[in-house]
Amino acid sequence: MTDETAKVEELVHKEYEHGFVTDIDTDTVAPGLNEDVIALISAKKEEPEWLLEWRLDAFRHWTRMAEPAWAHVHYPPIDFQAISYYSAPKAKTDGPKSLDEVDPKLLETYEKLGIPLHEQKMLAGVAVDAVFDSVSVATTFKEKLADAGVIFCSFSEAVQNHPYLVRAYLGSVVPASDNYYAALNSAVFTDGSFCFIPKNTRCPMELSTYFRINAANTGQFERTLIVAEESSYVSYLEGCTAPMRDENQLHAAVVELVALDNAEIKYSTVQNWYPGDENGVGGIYNFVTKRGDCRGSGSRISWTQVETGSAITWKYPSCILRGDNSSGEFYSVAVTNNYQQADTGTKMIHLGRNTRSTIISKGISAGKAQNAYRGLVKISKNADNARNYTQCDSLLMGDTCGAHTFPYIETGNAGAIVEHEATTSKISDDQLFYCRQRGIDEEDAVNMIVNGFCKDVFKELPMEFAVEAQKLLNITLEGAVG
Amino acid sequence: MSEAAVSHYLAEYDRFRDVLAASWPAQRRADALEYLKTHGFPTRRAEQWKYTDVSPITRRKFTLGKSPGAHIDDAPVEKLRFSRLNCHELVFMNGSFCAELSRNLRLPSGATVCALQSNGNAELLERYFGNEEIGHAFTALNTAFLNDGVLVHVPDGMEIPAPIHIIYLGGREDETQPSSMSHPRNLIALGRQASASIIETYAGIPGSEYFTNSHTSIQAQAGARLDYYKVQQESRRAYHIGRTRISQQADSRVDCHALSLGGKLARWDIDAELVEPGAEINLNGLYLTSDRQHVDNHTLVEHKQPHTTSNEHYRGIMNGRSRAVFNGKVIVHEQAQKTEAHQSNANLLLSADAEVDTKPELEIYADDVKCSHGATVGRLDENMLFYLRSRALDEDTARSLLTYAFADEVIRDIRFPEIRERLEHSIAGELPDTDLIKEFMQ
Repeated sequence: MTDETAKVEELVHKEYEHGFVTDIDTDTVAPGLNEDVIALISAKKEEPEWLLEWRLDAFRHWTRMAEPAWAHVHYPPIDFQAISYYSAPKAKTDGPKSLDEVDPKLLETYEKLGIPLHEQKMLAGVAVDAVFDSVSVATTFKEKLADAGVIFCSFSEAVQNHPYLVRAYLGSVVPASDNYYAALNSAVFTDGSFCFIPKNTRCPMELSTYFRINAANTGQFERTLIVAEESSYVSYLEGCTAPMRDENQLHAAVVELVALDNAEIKYSTVQNWYPGDENGVGGIYNFVTKRGDCRGSGSRISWTQVETGSAITWKYPSCILRGDNSSGEFYSVAVTNNYQQADTGTKMIHLGRNTRSTIISKGISAGKAQNAYRGLVKISKNADNARNYTQCDSLLMGDTCGAHTFPYIETGNAGAIVEHEATTSKISDDQLFYCRQRGIDEEDAVNMIVNGFCKDVFKELPMEFAVEAQKLLNITLEGAVG
Repeated sequence: MSEAAVSHYLAEYDRFRDVLAASWPAQRRADALEYLKTHGFPTRRAEQWKYTDVSPITRRKFTLGKSPGAHIDDAPVEKLRFSRLNCHELVFMNGSFCAELSRNLRLPSGATVCALQSNGNAELLERYFGNEEIGHAFTALNTAFLNDGVLVHVPDGMEIPAPIHIIYLGGREDETQPSSMSHPRNLIALGRQASASIIETYAGIPGSEYFTNSHTSIQAQAGARLDYYKVQQESRRAYHIGRTRISQQADSRVDCHALSLGGKLARWDIDAELVEPGAEINLNGLYLTSDRQHVDNHTLVEHKQPHTTSNEHYRGIMNGRSRAVFNGKVIVHEQAQKTEAHQSNANLLLSADAEVDTKPELEIYADDVKCSHGATVGRLDENMLFYLRSRALDEDTARSLLTYAFADEVIRDIRFPEIRERLEHSIAGELPDTDLIKEFMQ
């Protein structure tokens, strides 16, 4: 063999240096966002071709969109190229080894919430020991659901096992190009939940992300899709009252609900992510797009949310009341303390006849926080006999916080009745005096009054959640008075 | 389109600059033109103009109206006068003062009520209105083309018992003339403990197309009391853009009655600021629309100091294919503890093709406050209708009466019976089945 042929051989066998797919050892992709990264995410998850195309399409839309600036929140610009868009579930070894290593403040909070010890460990990210096997718990539930015909699994599993269902409904409520953060989510979402309730089925239990907590580390770009077929019912709980360990600063989730004829979806959220410290340093940015489509006649979607965490919340769970006689509901308690900012509310788009919507929003603002309700009630021309009732009340605690209301009411049908009411005030001295006079100390009195203020919303929550939400409220507002 | 409009107005300015009032500082005109050049006219992308498209105005090439010649037709003016009410009356045609039609301009000595053109009291203008921001393309246009208007100055402690009635009449005599525009500017300054009542009426020759872009600035010093009425009953083809800016000092009180009845496209902004403790403002508004009218009311009340009060009550009745917009904003600043701010907006839709977009906003940065707002949109209450029907009123009459009663809630508190009656009649005139209502009002 001559030198020359050896050289040629070497060239032929040499691996291609500038490969399109970078095979890296770690499970985390280098920060940055481009089409290659999206292709990589899709490949890692072994997604079908159409989903990759859908993601790329969303990405192309996203690059042409501008970051929205209309919300009443202020934050330094986000560098989207500095974020890593894919990381496999974090190895448990990263976390603290035992509860002794966990921030005592966090433990104190768990204590107050009355969370069992093994759950505390799990929430704090401690490597779970053999005592508590969440997987087996989840499996029991899964069997029960399978008997009923309900599909409840992670989004990735759904893409693999039920691609037709996913393809039929994905993006049908929140299109990929809907808004800046929804487009970003559509391009890079890594996981989430998928839920399908077949015809004439009442889901035998309340579904909760909590059940799949072993897979709960779905990352910052979560995607949830719930489809309720004709005459079915499901109640879905998202989130958890306990503060979760979380390293991601930006969360941009998308939730899509589809309710067909006479179906009912009840979606409850308790959000308690890290709000930053007393000086407003750190904290999660929670930019979420949630929308429900009452596609069938007589369908019903109800959103209940308790928002206590996150440094910035930007979230408007909405209902499109497309089917005749459909109804939408929105119950919300948003609490902000210290330097938290919340711009939250809802959209009720009445398209069908005899559609009804109810909005109850309670905002509580303390410290230096800003809390805004922003809502839209739109009665389109064909929505005869549409009815809306909106009440949004704000409670102010402390003279440096703010509470704002921006309701948009657009009515194009003379048969509609739309009412909007809003009040803003502080806890009245009379109320406080009344309680104090009966031997209730100030902090308890304030808690009691605040809980009373939020009662209309709490009573919509599933029972266990309601109890926890009350406790959570007290903790969030701790030290806000007096 | 906006650029074309801006360059049209810049050219118009060059054409007319020599005839515009000399007492208005040239520098302010220059600043205003500069503002217009940089900002252009608003589009629907701007939050403040989300529901109102001004392109029908920017598309048309309005030009400054001619001063009225010798042949003044005073019939339309006569109809607007309050015959039984003793008042000081100033009349403007196409933006220029008509001394012959104005009457009773003798006021208590020390008080000033005059046309801007005739009074070059630069010192007064500077003192009260010297540092007004522009902030708005149409304000810029008004500032640049300012030619005439009214200056009212009431010195400390003086009360002017008779109302001051300012009539602006727009329009052209025949279709061959180009559509005219006018930019009236009213400057109202009330000294300490002074009080006055002022009525602005905007009307036009029926069926003619023109553009009125008015601007009123009100300064109320400590303890001053102002009753302010603005009645917009422009021709159905007219374009009306108006802005009223109010600044109130300690313990002053302004009652503002805003009535929008006419115009093809009308927009009115009220920006009020309560800059000292104890100031109080009451805003009452009524808008009636029909056919293809578009009426937009924006109000902004800023509570800047403690113990300030605002009450706002706007009502609207929409018929035909018309569209109404209401945007009421209340801002309570950090220092403004003990603020009380209440706002309500009620709308009645009478036809299937009418539309209303309402947005009552609260922005609150202080905690010891009582603030509320409410907004409703609906149709006539079936129970009320039934009540009247059960008392042998036919359906049309019952509907008309209820509609009238809905509107009357805003105007029944007006102090001067003559003004109230006039308004009641003009409202009845705008509503369906006028005759039926009038029969009942006898």
